[in-house]
Amino acid sequence: MRVSYRWLMDYVDIPWPVEELADRLTMAGVLVEGLEPLAPRELASLVVGRVESIERHPAADSLFVCGVDVGGGVRTVVTGATNLRVGDRVPVALPGSVLPGGRRIEAAEFRGVLSEGMLCSEKELQVGDDADGIWVLPADAKLGAPLLEALGLDDTVLHLEIYPNRPDCLSVIGVAREVAALTGGRLRLPSLHVDEEQEAAEAAAVEVAAPDLCPRYTARVMRRLAVAPSPAWLQQRLRVAGMRPINNVVDITNFVMWEWGQPLHAFDYDQLAGGRIVVRRARPGERLVTLDGVERELDSDMLVIADAERAVGVAGVMGGGNSEVTGATTSVLLESANFQAASVRRTARRLGMRTEASHRFEKGLDPNAAAAASLRAAQLMQELAGARVLRGLVDVYPQPVAPHTVVCRPERLRRLLGADISDDQIAAYLQSLELSVAREGERFVVTVPTFRQDIQQEADLAEEVARLYGYDRVPESWPGGTAQVGGQAAPLPLLDRVRDVLVAQGLLECITYSFVHPATADKLRWSADDPRRLAIPLRNPLSEDYAVMRTSLIGGLLETAARNRSRGVRSVHLFEVGAVYQPKSLPLTELPEERRRVGILMMGPLPRKQWGSHAGETTFFHLKGAVETLLAGLGVEGAFAPSSDPSLHPGRQATVIVDGEAAGILGEVHPAVADGYDLGETRVYVAELELSVLEKAQPGIPRYRQLPRFPAVERDIALLVPKAVPAERVAACIREAAGALLEELVLFDVYEGPQVAAGHRSLAYAMTLRAADRTLTDAEANAVVAAVEEALAQELDVRLRR
Amino acid sequence: MQERIAAVRAQAIAAVRAAQSLDELEQVRIRFTGKKGELTQLLRGMGQVPPEERPAVGRLVNEARDEVEAALAARQQELTALALEARLKAEAVDVTLPGWAPVLGRRHPLTQVLDEIKRVFVGLGFQVVEGPEIETDWYNFEALNIPPDHPARDLQDTFFITEDILLRTQTSPVQIRVMQAQQPPVRVIAPGKVFRVDADVTHSPMFHQVEGLYVDEGVTFGELKGTLSIMARELFGKRPVRFRPSYFPFTEPSAEMDIQCIICNGAGCRVCKHEGWLEILGSGMVHPQVLRNVGYDPEKVSGFAFGMGVERIAMLAYGIDDIRLFFENDIRFLRQF
Ligand SMILES: [Zn+2]
Repeated sequence: MRVSYRWLMDYVDIPWPVEELADRLTMAGVLVEGLEPLAPRELASLVVGRVESIERHPAADSLFVCGVDVGGGVRTVVTGATNLRVGDRVPVALPGSVLPGGRRIEAAEFRGVLSEGMLCSEKELQVGDDADGIWVLPADAKLGAPLLEALGLDDTVLHLEIYPNRPDCLSVIGVAREVAALTGGRLRLPSLHVDEEQEAAEAAAVEVAAPDLCPRYTARVMRRLAVAPSPAWLQQRLRVAGMRPINNVVDITNFVMWEWGQPLHAFDYDQLAGGRIVVRRARPGERLVTLDGVERELDSDMLVIADAERAVGVAGVMGGGNSEVTGATTSVLLESANFQAASVRRTARRLGMRTEASHRFEKGLDPNAAAAASLRAAQLMQELAGARVLRGLVDVYPQPVAPHTVVCRPERLRRLLGADISDDQIAAYLQSLELSVAREGERFVVTVPTFRQDIQQEADLAEEVARLYGYDRVPESWPGGTAQVGGQAAPLPLLDRVRDVLVAQGLLECITYSFVHPATADKLRWSADDPRRLAIPLRNPLSEDYAVMRTSLIGGLLETAARNRSRGVRSVHLFEVGAVYQPKSLPLTELPEERRRVGILMMGPLPRKQWGSHAGETTFFHLKGAVETLLAGLGVEGAFAPSSDPSLHPGRQATVIVDGEAAGILGEVHPAVADGYDLGETRVYVAELELSVLEKAQPGIPRYRQLPRFPAVERDIALLVPKAVPAERVAACIREAAGALLEELVLFDVYEGPQVAAGHRSLAYAMTLRAADRTLTDAEANAVVAAVEEALAQELDVRLRR
Repeated sequence: MQERIAAVRAQAIAAVRAAQSLDELEQVRIRFTGKKGELTQLLRGMGQVPPEERPAVGRLVNEARDEVEAALAARQQELTALALEARLKAEAVDVTLPGWAPVLGRRHPLTQVLDEIKRVFVGLGFQVVEGPEIETDWYNFEALNIPPDHPARDLQDTFFITEDILLRTQTSPVQIRVMQAQQPPVRVIAPGKVFRVDADVTHSPMFHQVEGLYVDEGVTFGELKGTLSIMARELFGKRPVRFRPSYFPFTEPSAEMDIQCIICNGAGCRVCKHEGWLEILGSGMVHPQVLRNVGYDPEKVSGFAFGMGVERIAMLAYGIDDIRLFFENDIRFLRQF
């Protein structure tokens, strides 16, 4: 909402400069987002002059020598402009004045003629786009006066953000009322008076066929008016409002809308079939070309203004072209009505139109404002367009809205605010907003004018009092209630530990969108019956890229990797902690399960480029190591078994099993999947784990075990293992055979090559043997190794290498 | 005989002094004081000395031996020290070469800002809780006093899944869920993802909010101010804050909190649109209707609620000018925090 300082001063005295006014309004809840001078401040150094004479320059065909009266005498000014006539009032920059942009004007000679200043175009003064000629000012501009004052341009526009509960402030009078409450001054409304004709306005018949959507409709009829450009002051006001002047009739409706907050519409009365107005729902398939020249298809939920035959306007949104006021118009029907907020809102949204009228109606306007605004417009049409105003107001208003009352307990209000504001102060603040207060014992019965429908209960009055008292004056205090210890509810502490462990391993946390492209399922090669295909679609996605809710973190991670790769980043080591959304069925009938997952992606060079070591590329075992460390960091034991996820390399993937439950997958991304993400030339590794499974497996508080009191014996064994035997089986066999004396078993080397028999590989283990109650002898240790050797040979055909 | 002893002693001392390494010194020891060493031989040769001279000669030999052994020990100490010195010198490294260490990862900058907000509120006795990101219309709007066709719905363009199920546009529905699940006193914050149909340099279709709620008997607007001022001081340091009236359907009175601009300290700059103030959060006293909606009695309890955007705070704190950077996850971006 744009208002100007001077416009406000038409209705209220303002004791503060505009900057202070802006501050005070903001702190009272009318947020001033910016101040904008109506014209560049430099224009203060120019004056109004009158052209007294124009002669051709004796030495230059394209120049003219003008005599310009600047109030104190005639100056000689040279100009190249051809649009001037003797008698024109023009802006004159005398020597010493400065133009917007900083150009300083001095007396200068043009081919032997001394020019004592400069005449300026609109463009040079940054008040308009016209650069062709000198700006010709209105004939009543005061000669010799400073330009800004003479034109009323020494004004500042305040850009206000009006909250949706305050449609009354979408008007200059509404804002002025707030200002009056702040200054303690009185609001001066314009005095309204019209000389009416004998003929009654009932010439126009108004029928409201949809009273549920139109609580009030008023019409006034004006004849024999002359459509013409508006006077300068009116054009000026519209410019403040940010609207383009059109003609006096339309400008008056816009001006009154801005002044009173009540949208008006003027129909060309002679274009209304039957001279009738019917307010009804649109007929199925009905069409209307609105004033902006666009043909609109209406539906039966929309309210239209019609004449006897056809729609002539979309109620509360925009008029129709078929009844537009034009230069040929001589009779006008002026609509000042009230439409149901929700209906206007829905209609405007469905038509994709936001107009100043719909913007106001959809917030809910006061039906009682309609009559005054109509009268104000009629008065101006009489004054500015010579209109003959027919007698009376056609007014269909079956259920007039009356002021309502709200009870307020000052004591309770003080307790809610925590501020010591006296009863009298409270009453005074409410009265300054035109609320009336009747005291009934401890209570105030407050009568609320109909333009403040936002005030419905005591808490609303508390806000009115608090904002006028000043939020800044309410003393700060610290809650004294029940003491409580803060903390994080599950599973947040687990998520924090997951982040800690992964960050310590060099992984960067990323956050990707929760919605993905529906083709993600195909790109990840999920089978037709994969439950991950059950992705929740959005009705109104931003684009196809973000059209369904993710059921896995892997798609987002691969996209992130691809984005980095395309930007030349090769080493990508990421994780994400977030929800996936798994519905029971689609379409959704209940809220879906939101499952917390952690996803990991690793690709390219390991994130430790250092001299003297061999960092190398990420492999499957780096990923598996990261997952193992994560589990270890959470105190969870996991097992890994071969798996068959179609997104992953069939020979390089595993299911993670925790406490007998599948906790997730890990593996190398299938080359076909990688190709789909333009990552074909890279090996990419991903893992995705279900955090609820890890959370269930969390250990309690650790139990202390006594430290060993007897020394351990170390034995290393190198084994020749057929390739088909997985390492995990070899280790299990060793543990089984070695029994209780085996404290730790570490695989420290895996080798395949010329020194190893074909079809085999060499696995080397370090065994730590220890007894809790004695020092082991060599003989005992040898016996354990012998038992292990025998078991391996018998069960797995594995032999010791010697 | 005496002359021979003196000569051997002198030779031995000279040899000890001349030894340049521990190895050479060992050779000297073997030559003079070893089992077959020259001094040892002298003692063995006592047989040829007349018996009456033997005590004197024996004493001389022993004296010489003691002297030589002392010299050996001294020289050994010297040479050991020299050898250590030489080894240490040889082992010097270029200490300016970078160390060998695993690279640390980083939490996402938004997580870091959230951690900081959580730290402050946990310290103030708040519980951190979460709620669903996919919500019903009732929790996201109606329970919060935003009925259908309420103009406030325009401010929050919503992603819908069905007529009734949507992506939450704010973390405020968690207020409702918490109050439904427990009786006052309630002191929670609820961080999480929220979604709105909007995308440009300062708007992301997905972003993060932190909701706060404090309900108890006799909670005042002054306490709202006190609590949020402490938070602002913890997060942004000692700088002025101001509370100004605003509008939210689920609070009354409502307030927005501004802090003095952290870029220009109030002088006015592009970031604060020359206002000198930055809007940080929305807040207010919980609307009586919202309390009634969850079965609380607004005559008995009151409370305040607040909500802030995590991205906005992160952008201000780190000087980030494009919200999309948070979700592009460029490694070179994530590494900076
Ligand atoms: Zn600033």
